[in-house]
Amino acid sequence: MTVMTYRQALHDTLRAELQRDESVILLGEEIGVFEGSYKITAGLLTEFGPARVRDTPIAEEGFVGAAIGAAMLGMRPVVEIMTINFSLLAIDQLVNHAAKMHAMFGGQVSVPLVIRTPGGGGQQLAATHSQNLEVWYAHVPGMKVVAPATPADAKALLTAAIRDDDPVLFLENLALYNTKGEVPDTEQLGRIGSAAVVRPGRDLTVVSYSRGVVIALEVANQLERDGVSIEVVDLRSLRPLDRETVCASVRKSSRAVVLEDDWLSFGVGAEIAATVQEGAFDYLDAPVRRVAAAEIPLPYAKPLERAALPSAADLIRVIGELLDATRFTHAEGGS
Amino acid sequence: MTVERESTSTSVVDPGPTWGEYYRQMSLIRAFELRAAEMYQRAKIGGYCHLNLGEEATVVGLMAALEPRDYLFTTYREHGYALARGLEPGPVMAELFGKTTGVSGGRGGSMHLFDRKVRLLGGYGIVGGQIPPATGAALALTYRGEPGPNAEAVMCLLGDGTTNIGAFHESLNLAALWHLPIVYVIVNNGLGMGTPVDRSAAEPDLYKRGCSYRITGERVDGDDVIAVRDAANAALTRARAEREPGLLETVSNRLRGHSVVDPAKYRSKQEAERLRALDPVHAVRARLIAEQVLDEDTARRIDEEAEARVDAAVAFADASPDPDPATLFQHAYATAVPNAPHRLPADPVVPVPELLP
Repeated sequence: MTVMTYRQALHDTLRAELQRDESVILLGEEIGVFEGSYKITAGLLTEFGPARVRDTPIAEEGFVGAAIGAAMLGMRPVVEIMTINFSLLAIDQLVNHAAKMHAMFGGQVSVPLVIRTPGGGGQQLAATHSQNLEVWYAHVPGMKVVAPATPADAKALLTAAIRDDDPVLFLENLALYNTKGEVPDTEQLGRIGSAAVVRPGRDLTVVSYSRGVVIALEVANQLERDGVSIEVVDLRSLRPLDRETVCASVRKSSRAVVLEDDWLSFGVGAEIAATVQEGAFDYLDAPVRRVAAAEIPLPYAKPLERAALPSAADLIRVIGELLDATRFTHAEGGS
Repeated sequence: MTVERESTSTSVVDPGPTWGEYYRQMSLIRAFELRAAEMYQRAKIGGYCHLNLGEEATVVGLMAALEPRDYLFTTYREHGYALARGLEPGPVMAELFGKTTGVSGGRGGSMHLFDRKVRLLGGYGIVGGQIPPATGAALALTYRGEPGPNAEAVMCLLGDGTTNIGAFHESLNLAALWHLPIVYVIVNNGLGMGTPVDRSAAEPDLYKRGCSYRITGERVDGDDVIAVRDAANAALTRARAEREPGLLETVSNRLRGHSVVDPAKYRSKQEAERLRALDPVHAVRARLIAEQVLDEDTARRIDEEAEARVDAAVAFADASPDPDPATLFQHAYATAVPNAPHRLPADPVVPVPELLP
């Protein structure tokens, strides 16, 4: 085990995969000479050369589509899109093409493509640069969407994504790049499509992914001191979605809150709430609650931005309301 | 509007076996497309169905230039290309019928023909969707081998209307910057659905639209099968040997509407008659007979043979099995993963738990 940042885990994994497999190539804006907007690809141009670490012009539709075509011929392109907001320039290529080809062409071709891209707000980047659009891709059959929360999962899931033969949107988050965690030194191959109970608990389940998991764990630790036992489920993968792990947790805890950075309507929380009411209805003591971003183009000014984005305080408030509504007492959990 | 057809080369009829073969392919495409229209009217074919009627000389000329080792990306108007690339009419018709024996297993339909072995990497239903992937396929080739006369190349077809989309320009820029072995072919039939070229392109000389990317553009008469072949050959040769992308514009006519269901009412009666008189299949046939390359009997035999092959294709498609709904999720993913959703519309999202006691 080595303690490292999420950024370092991504960098080291890209480097390991470039070394392991010659068909792996990196493409993106400013990933070479500039070393990446968030420095994930620092040093890789020098080590692997401009054919394998390829700077692209500002042409998301063009270079994402080109990566799809290269993947059709057996390359394994890993594309960095500077932020998920810019992926909209390439959405036709991803949704209408990459996601369709394997099924639509009768299984004759696959598209082993990874799109790495950070989402999320909170950096005063204002409305156009602060979105969480991962659900747009998670909605689409044929896509895989993963959203690791920890450096260890970043390593395991990026490795899995690169070796997977389907298009994978790999969601990063600006606020996670500097977070630290233990990462195994040996090769790790994550399981796309599986969630994890990252903190066991009795009284209430918090379901989240990406940055939200970090907040959920903080809150769980804090509430532990107040005698509340929170179970945290990290979805890790939005498509496929591991509904069973969520339902199993809620069947045990009887209370569920979803925390997401995204806007509320039509989001991950909506999907989880619908799943839980179907898969754990009789176990629920109260309706599932969602903590999600205010539905407004995110303003620049700090007080407005802060008010719009879900925080630990918001999660604590909703957990409190849910516990109160179900007349939670500290003795409830027994043990 | 009539698009200029000044060509970089003019053809002479050479009496070798080539012409017979070219006419054979043109005749087959004509017979296939007329039958596809008929099968559509008889509801054997669903969805959209776009035909190559009027484009036969272009199809055959382009495919004559393409080597088996090359890759082809096409638009949704691609039945003829699949045939000229060497696919049997049966599996192509079966795809239109949505049968398991179709080239895409019945999953793609008319707009999405795909065949790995002849390196037909797809018909594409979204206008211009094929252009960035084709460009990327050419990028992949640069990792495989060195440039040279025997190198592989990519041909990417697109329509005249497609030269207005961003993906076209982004792709040409990438291909020129990265020196990719690809030839983009603008099949200009004068109309994007019902909109003439000069009402949609500020530079209606479409072959000039590569200028911004220093890509050589050429225009040929799309009704001249030899001129098309030779121009495509020249562009492919540059792409192989020098890794310089090319842009070729072929000018032909669409003899019918945009798709089978379009009556083309935006065309005057006179225009429709003028186009019929220019029919490239009839023109080539008459010319070959006049110049004694084929005699009337041989030409008739070729036409009858084409009809017979299409008869057999329809019989094959008709007799082929429909896909079994149990195979719905067969190609959901190339790499299996846990929790992939395999539910039908009325199925629960998770197994419904037993009621609490």
